[in-house]
Amino acid sequence: MSTQAAATARASVWEGGQSPYATNSKKFGMWLFIISDALTFSALLFAYTYSRVSNPDWPKPFEFTPAIIFSSVMTFALLTSSLTMVMAVHSMNAGNRGATAKWILATMVAGGTFVALHLTEWMKLINQEHVTPFQNPWGVPLFGATFFAITGLHMTHVVIGIIYLGIICQAVVRGKFKAEDVEVAGLYWHFVDLVWMFVFPLVYLMSARVG
Amino acid sequence: MSAHAEVIHEHAPVGIPTFVKVWIALLLLTGIEVFLAYEQVPTMIMLTALVGLSVIKAALIIAYFMHLKFERFSLFLTLFPMLVFCILLMLIFLGDATRIPVMRPPS
Repeated sequence: MSTQAAATARASVWEGGQSPYATNSKKFGMWLFIISDALTFSALLFAYTYSRVSNPDWPKPFEFTPAIIFSSVMTFALLTSSLTMVMAVHSMNAGNRGATAKWILATMVAGGTFVALHLTEWMKLINQEHVTPFQNPWGVPLFGATFFAITGLHMTHVVIGIIYLGIICQAVVRGKFKAEDVEVAGLYWHFVDLVWMFVFPLVYLMSARVG
Repeated sequence: MSAHAEVIHEHAPVGIPTFVKVWIALLLLTGIEVFLAYEQVPTMIMLTALVGLSVIKAALIIAYFMHLKFERFSLFLTLFPMLVFCILLMLIFLGDATRIPVMRPPS
């Protein structure tokens, strides 16, 4: 931290010309984006939960094998990718760009695993169970609509995150970008992980076929 | 660029062992969620338990992985009360969802 920046951060918030959050503008911007995106997912998940609770005939198509096993492994992949992302930020803070690039690549591989498993799960639902966003064999069209909307939007976020990390990774290897850029990318990636922590129990576990 | 525009980068005050502990805690909580999903309990109780565990997991991710625990409290106050308030406003309507099934005319 530069001396001037440190002095700026310590200044009284009433004196003007200082940083009340003691953080850089990129990180604050990402936080604002995350909060707005969290509201979008909150609304979608609430709409899903409302439909789920108000409909006693809600389908439970997810068998323990393979759907719940698959989604649990997907959860494991995302949680592990968050850990590798933390390691990337930690390495960048220590000035080790080589290690940072490796940890970011590991994060991208875990994210790619998540997307591959998720697409496999989607294909099974579409081809074997004949579920689409508009109809399904169980006569509750909202199931397909909410399932594909929520998981589709989340998967889009994961894919964008992988591309984002790829851009950051190549820049880190070429000696560009600072530690704060890796940290901001990490914030986005952790948010994607965080959203899945609600999608997994609400969409998968609440529709697990028991018995 | 003004003098105050780009501030601050500090090293994380927590180390790798803490992050690994948080990761293990998140995996354990996920395991508990999967176990609970196969318990035969009413929908609302299941929903409350699963969302409660998810909130704990989210808090761990936000606090440690997203580093918010080590940011200024003013950042937290700016971002999260609004989010929580909006979610609570949505939850007001959840009571209707529980009443709809009993309001259906018998077929």
